[in-house]
Amino acid sequence: MINRIVVFGRHGREMIESVGRAGQFLFGALAGVPDPRVGFPLLVRQIYSVGVLSLAIIVVSGLFIGMVLGLQGYTILSDYGSEAAIGQMIALTLVRELGPVVTALLFAGRAGSALTAEIGLMKATEQLSSMEMMGVDPLRRVIAPRFWAGFLSVPVLAAIFSVVGIWGGMLVGVEWLGVFEGSYWGNMQSSVSFTTDVLNGVVKSVVFGFVCTWIAVYQGYDCVPTSAGISSATTKTVVFSSLAVLGLDFVLTAVMFGDF
Amino acid sequence: MAQKTADLTVGLFMVAGVAALLFLALQVSGLTPKSSEDSYTLYAKFNDAGGLTPRAKVSMAGVTIGSIRDITLDRETFQALVAIAVDGSVDNIPADSAAVIRTSGLLGEQYIDVSVGGDMESLADGDTFYTTQSAMNLERLISNFASGQ
Repeated sequence: MINRIVVFGRHGREMIESVGRAGQFLFGALAGVPDPRVGFPLLVRQIYSVGVLSLAIIVVSGLFIGMVLGLQGYTILSDYGSEAAIGQMIALTLVRELGPVVTALLFAGRAGSALTAEIGLMKATEQLSSMEMMGVDPLRRVIAPRFWAGFLSVPVLAAIFSVVGIWGGMLVGVEWLGVFEGSYWGNMQSSVSFTTDVLNGVVKSVVFGFVCTWIAVYQGYDCVPTSAGISSATTKTVVFSSLAVLGLDFVLTAVMFGDF
Repeated sequence: MAQKTADLTVGLFMVAGVAALLFLALQVSGLTPKSSEDSYTLYAKFNDAGGLTPRAKVSMAGVTIGSIRDITLDRETFQALVAIAVDGSVDNIPADSAAVIRTSGLLGEQYIDVSVGGDMESLADGDTFYTTQSAMNLERLISNFASGQ
């Protein structure tokens, strides 16, 4: 019994220590102004591998989610004879919730896991410690560009996701099921507000981008430098990112749209 | 991959992101680059604002001429004080016009319809509608009907 309590306590302490290390790590990576001549090409290269290469999965998922929303919305709303409200339903669902959340989940799976594995392997093959030996700070050379790349890419991907989804919904609703195109856009424009809906969605995706990338690079940097350690770190990245995104989404929604 | 190509694709990626945001702003939320000076404010007092919400439309003869800015309680008369932002181009609403709360469809959103009066003078910024008609309350209507009043 006592042993169990001891183990439980040790787990708790290790978790809090890990959070502390993650905070120090973030500070170490982001503190100081990098030399733009060195930093900018590194950042561009990372945005390419993290953001541009994620574009395909984001566009395809956005298209299908928008089409499904259009189909489901139509079958339900046409029971009440108000299928013209389909545009408003699709736009609000995508801009407020599904755009940022699904993008962040896909990003964690597609790019976050790759970041963790890459950094973890660098650690396992002692590339990071050899950089330190050469007097190059791996936090600023390796981690910082990857972090900023993820932080900048997620909002862009989320915006593209929403736009493609709205277009997919129009494809099903207007082209296929015959909702009047004017009422699709008109209902949408009269009910979606730029500040409360679109900008809050952007704020959400910025927060998710920050959290997902932080978890991914930290798990890679902090992993046990063995093949089993890298695999468990990759798993942790996806699990922790997904949980963090879903939990934070509830908190952010409550703060942004809740009536208190 | 050469750095040049990476630069180009990343640049395109960022431009696509900005374009997507612009699309969300202009096409989806219907944000028009119009200054707020383009409209003026009128007030209307209702005994019952019903399900009226801010940003609901204000129309005249079925044409949207503005939107509701906010709804507050007048603490002297205990009526709902509705501030209406009317399009600056519609500057000749007769002074004896009435503001009526209507419902679009049977269960749709509530909006304000301005019934045109015949006065030669027109309402100016900050004026209050003299006659108003409150929201139709379906429950009250049914209970009145049931009790035979």
